[in-house]
Amino acid sequence: MTGMSKDELAAMPVEFKLNGNDVVAYASETIIQAAKRHGVEIPHLCYKEGMRPDGNCRACVVEVKGERVLAASCCRNPSPGMEVTTNNARALASQKMVMELLLADIPEQRHTMNSELDHWAGKLKVGKPRFKSRHQPAADFSHHGIAVNLDSCIQCTRCVRACREEQVNDVIGYAFRGEHSQIVFDLGDPMGESTCVACGECVQACPTGALMPARKVGLQKPDKRVHSVCPYCGVGCQLTYNIKDNKILHVDGRDGPSNHGRLCVKGRYGFDYAHHPQRLTKPLIRKPGVPKRADFAMDPANPLEHFREASWEEALDLAAGKLREIRDSRGSKALAGFGSAKGTNEEAYLFQKLVRTGFGSNNVDHCTRLCHASSVAALMEGVASGAVSNQVNDVARAEVIFLIGANPLSNHPVAATWIKNAVKNGAKLIYADPRRNELSRHAAYALQFKPDTDVALLNAMMHVIVHEGLVDKDFIKSRTIGYEDLKKNVEGYSPEAMAPVCGIPAETIKEVARVYATSKASMILWGMGISQHIHGTDNARCLIALCLMTGQIGKPGSGLHPLRGQNNVQGASDSGLIPMVFPDYQRVDNPQARERFEKLWGTSLDPNPGLTVVEIVHAILDGDIRGMYVMGENPAMSDPDANHAREALAKLDWLVVQEIFLTETCYHADVILPATAWPEKDGTVTNTDRMVQLGRKALDAPGEAKPDLWIIQELARRIGLDWNYAGPSDVFNEMRKGMNSIAGITWERLESESCVTYPCENEGDPGQTTVFIDKFPTPSGRAKFVPADVIPANERPDREYGFVLITGRQLEHWHTGAMTRRAGVLDAIEPEPTASMHPLDLDKLGAKTGDVITVASRRGIISLFARADDGTPRGAVFIPFCYYEAAANLLTNPALDPFGKIPEFKYCAVKVTRGGELTPRSSYGGGQLLAKITPA
Amino acid sequence: MKQGRLARSAVKGRTVDMNAQAEVGAMLNEAARKIGTNPRQRDQLIENLHLIQDRLGHIPAGHIVALAREMKLSMTEVYEVATFYHHFDVVKEGANPPPPLTVRVCDSLSCELSGASELMQGLKKSLGNAVRVIPAPCVGRCEQAPVAVVGQNPVPQATVAKVKTLVAAKKTKCATGKYVTYAEYRKKGGYKIVAECLAGKRDAESLIKTMENSGLRGLGGAGFSSGRKWRIVRGEKGPRVMAVNIDEGEPGTFKDRHYLERDPHRFIEGMLIAAWTVQISEVYVYLRDEYAGVRAILEKEIAALQKNPPCPLPPIFLRRGAGAYICGEESAMIESIEGKRGMPRLRPPYVAQVGLFGYPTLEHNMETLYWVRDILEKGAEWFAGHGRHGRKGLRSFSVSGRVKKPGVHLAPAGITVRELIDEYCGGMLPGHQFYGYLPGGASGGILPASLGDVPLDFDTLHEYGCFIGSAAVIIFSDKDKARDAARNVMKFFSEESCGQCTPCRVGTAKALQLMGGARWDQALLEELSGAMADASICGLGQAAPNPVRTVMKYFPKEVG
Repeated sequence: MTGMSKDELAAMPVEFKLNGNDVVAYASETIIQAAKRHGVEIPHLCYKEGMRPDGNCRACVVEVKGERVLAASCCRNPSPGMEVTTNNARALASQKMVMELLLADIPEQRHTMNSELDHWAGKLKVGKPRFKSRHQPAADFSHHGIAVNLDSCIQCTRCVRACREEQVNDVIGYAFRGEHSQIVFDLGDPMGESTCVACGECVQACPTGALMPARKVGLQKPDKRVHSVCPYCGVGCQLTYNIKDNKILHVDGRDGPSNHGRLCVKGRYGFDYAHHPQRLTKPLIRKPGVPKRADFAMDPANPLEHFREASWEEALDLAAGKLREIRDSRGSKALAGFGSAKGTNEEAYLFQKLVRTGFGSNNVDHCTRLCHASSVAALMEGVASGAVSNQVNDVARAEVIFLIGANPLSNHPVAATWIKNAVKNGAKLIYADPRRNELSRHAAYALQFKPDTDVALLNAMMHVIVHEGLVDKDFIKSRTIGYEDLKKNVEGYSPEAMAPVCGIPAETIKEVARVYATSKASMILWGMGISQHIHGTDNARCLIALCLMTGQIGKPGSGLHPLRGQNNVQGASDSGLIPMVFPDYQRVDNPQARERFEKLWGTSLDPNPGLTVVEIVHAILDGDIRGMYVMGENPAMSDPDANHAREALAKLDWLVVQEIFLTETCYHADVILPATAWPEKDGTVTNTDRMVQLGRKALDAPGEAKPDLWIIQELARRIGLDWNYAGPSDVFNEMRKGMNSIAGITWERLESESCVTYPCENEGDPGQTTVFIDKFPTPSGRAKFVPADVIPANERPDREYGFVLITGRQLEHWHTGAMTRRAGVLDAIEPEPTASMHPLDLDKLGAKTGDVITVASRRGIISLFARADDGTPRGAVFIPFCYYEAAANLLTNPALDPFGKIPEFKYCAVKVTRGGELTPRSSYGGGQLLAKITPA
Repeated sequence: MKQGRLARSAVKGRTVDMNAQAEVGAMLNEAARKIGTNPRQRDQLIENLHLIQDRLGHIPAGHIVALAREMKLSMTEVYEVATFYHHFDVVKEGANPPPPLTVRVCDSLSCELSGASELMQGLKKSLGNAVRVIPAPCVGRCEQAPVAVVGQNPVPQATVAKVKTLVAAKKTKCATGKYVTYAEYRKKGGYKIVAECLAGKRDAESLIKTMENSGLRGLGGAGFSSGRKWRIVRGEKGPRVMAVNIDEGEPGTFKDRHYLERDPHRFIEGMLIAAWTVQISEVYVYLRDEYAGVRAILEKEIAALQKNPPCPLPPIFLRRGAGAYICGEESAMIESIEGKRGMPRLRPPYVAQVGLFGYPTLEHNMETLYWVRDILEKGAEWFAGHGRHGRKGLRSFSVSGRVKKPGVHLAPAGITVRELIDEYCGGMLPGHQFYGYLPGGASGGILPASLGDVPLDFDTLHEYGCFIGSAAVIIFSDKDKARDAARNVMKFFSEESCGQCTPCRVGTAKALQLMGGARWDQALLEELSGAMADASICGLGQAAPNPVRTVMKYFPKEVG
């Protein structure tokens, strides 16, 4: 058997006898799998395709000739000549007895319509059980999203495997023993009080309804099931909506290439926002005399207090007319547009086309500016491509995973599962982040380095790699330029010198440098901890240099992966929602690129890059920009120094906002156009892995809300563009003409496959999952080293403002909370604003979890609840930015990275005091939605 | 029901209590100094739970969370392991910890025959609330029945008065009797063979041949040829490890304890010879927690050996069980050594191929190794030369029940139970007539006196629906009922089932229900027994129906 690979061995044929017939199996197959392929059904309960077989239920036992006892066919591989009988009296007797024993112990009232136990018991014709039932445990309804009825539990441990081996959340265990064996959460705690992150994988795994979506939705029969993609983060999980009466009952994970059936709490339980009573259903026009002030606030439940309803005709005419007027009177540059990373590629494309061809400037940007602009700047400069080199699940092929400045458990939960799976399969995780979390437990090296010291840490690692001769000389020589400069630059960053700077012992820095450099395949993944600094571009430059000098790129399991935040931030950027580039990152100041689009669009284009998000805010305040069109973005909450941003929005002569809810940005609008939520429209989105995926319409939009694509087109027409797109496929086909990367992707293929990875330049190309294999897309084909030096944060803690503020997201809430705080389960799980601090820091303040504290910066002040979390470093405060009652961005510093123009969301100075006045909660959030349905 | 977290602004679930973490961290650091291995390794979990239980008398929930943090485990992984084993008392917030002292009363068959339930009731009444009195499965002292264990101090022929005295005197440690120490053992020629092995004066092949020719079979109960096992594991790709099973939990069995309390080095030398022959890189010895006395002996003697070794030694790790019969099953024991719940693995793969930590594993019962030195010194023929009724070899019978001289009796394989009673046990107790017997502990089935002339050995009892297993013979008399014995052992199996597979977890519980009445539903019990025997993962569930089935077969009047 020499010379055969593992895969070849697994595919070797094995001849054996199945119920008397000669059949052929693959060596890697179990009996149950081979039998299924040959049309022989074997009952099973604890076995589920795709999950590690455990063989505990014994429903699938079969007779193997010559063996003393029966064998579990889910755990047994056929061997040549083996004689297997699945259906003789002996095998059937045990299969049926297993069913009867289990049936005896579950109540007659089922919690699901799809009990696998009932299914198989029916097939085997098992009658009423002859045994007395066990003593039944009480139901546990403590969780907002999941009902636990262990009276229906058959101890098959599919939930344990789902939780421990698939999602690796490790909350569910199998405790006690014998007939007292019990599925438990943590220490046998009520599920709602446990560390459960409600990914719902256990619910999806449970065969008997012991774990079900809460409030009995599982007992309703859906009218239809629609396949789509999750609207939240950049992982791009595929899912299936179960719809009844135009409402989403519940959601199942679907086997997409990025998620393989897995979801997180948002993708599983975060859809009822679409049905929220505060959805905008009619165009609204600001009433005369309603003031525009930075601090002007409204009740989103009551828009008619300050707006009046209008017909679409009136609203569109007015919205477009005023924009046109400003353009015509003040010039193209007096207008700007914020598109959205939450819309489709087609919407993003049309939006930027509207701004460039209708407004006549490149003043178009979106929230990529706030997340990965610096990463993209560094990547474009270094490797001439802003997208990932390898897909997340490529970590399975990595020996070493270097994850830095990211909290995928909260922000990319399903991506985190692939990382955890890889670690369980032997990969080494180096996890560098100032905040410690559950993922740190899986790390071989958990580096809780000091905030703001990324460059120091990374340069020190490179110093070690240079000094210990661990560089990949051939790679440097054949594939890169600029190494000597980098080498010279890192000379000053010995690990000994940097250890006190970043708070990591020199020996550890050396070790991780060696581990990273010498592994067969090392992947780097990063998040906003890297990008959201004034030195974000430098941080990313260091990561790029690290992988180039060691040749850890351009092969399976080694490369660069900035984890993209929004479901379509990759696609929106690709589609051109960026002021300096046309679609596919073709620079507006490049004459060839401009010519290409002038030809495609049949109009002349502005050769000057436009303004970025924060620059636009400044330009408004400077009086240069007078009118804006904002689609699905909420700068009043998401921009740094939000008071300043709100002031700008309020100062605009004309603001048109296209939204599904009355957001904080809408407070300053003149016209609000009610749009569709994600499940109400068709279109494509591109995930962090460069997978272009098709979202399908599952619901009818409420009231008069309209598809965004229609709204953009109607506005475009009214500002003088002769557009006539019949739908997203029309737009997509035009995009293919301007974007080589997706030129080979047809709409038909998307409809049949749901997902195609780009680059896919020619029709029929499979799509490249790993890029830069033999060259980089730079003119020379070589990647470029760009050295970076330590630049301190713009605003360091001092005597008055003694703490560092770190902002970010949390698992349950999305961005500014407009959607998730209106999703019942998500809102109930995280109902109120919190500031996480180390318990010892809280002690010092004399505060504890649940106490009100006040956090103030030089720009703003908020009061919120303290949360003790020993994962937060000493001297720091972490605040999620999704809470309108305590908007973290009132505090943040708008200082920008000079290259990416990204603000420093991850670092500013604040002071923290005990006590304070909470801002009263408005008509959503605080758990009020679910509280109405299920009184506590 | 209240939904969600207790404080809405708290992080999800339990958090680490800093004081508990400091305490647990200190315990682990102290252990690190003592044992020399990293106590934060996954496989040290059970040892670490012992540290807490020993120190505090129970395991507070906060310490579980802290231990999880220290060991980089999830808290539920720690909790599920802690709750699997009888000897860990997990105490959650608001619950009362158990009293500082626990008295365990053995309620397995031999002790039950000798009045364990009266003892239990008496102790509960007279010791009051200050002492916890709980039943315990077989503590491996059946010749001394009834047995109570005060803390870790076993009380032979226990009475309320005896136990009360010990409780009052706070005598809770297990005394060790006189045994052959390291120095004495070496003085009498001990460790010569293993030293010769290491010095290259013996060759592995001839050692294996001798073992094969001796006919020595695995004395834990499975009866696999020892020599063949050595050959098989030696043929596997290294590294290989060895796991020694001293989880002697089969009710009625106490031979391993008997030998270890007298001559521990004879076993250790056998172990080292096996390790050398099979080229083992690490040796793990798994000792049941009930044998505190043996643990003290082994700790001391292994240390003495390591301090002054006769030859280079492989690393030897003594691991402590925590009260779980199932861990005597070889793969469950391996799981337990790895620090997990003792749940048997499905086979194939066999432990010889994929065993402890995934390595090929030589797994042996203690007694099997105990005979290695004698066989090598005296020759294969010496061992094979014993035997009766056509059988070969020697067996250490643990005899208990209604005989005059219960105890470990080294007798020829193939001896009948009548011969055993008459020649070795001094006959039946006065006033008792031989009525029936369990030839192989709880799981080997129950036979009537009319089948008292069947040779007792591996393979000879199969046709009667029984097996000899670890050669634990429990004799009962006309004063006893076979059905009571069957119910006692079914209760034992139900309580000791690991809970993994349906036929055993649910089957033992349902069987016990069905055995409650005066008349058994024999048809249903037989049907259930068939599925348990055929479809259970391991020997526990597969053998659990033996007593039921044999009672229905041989004592039909008792259950009809």
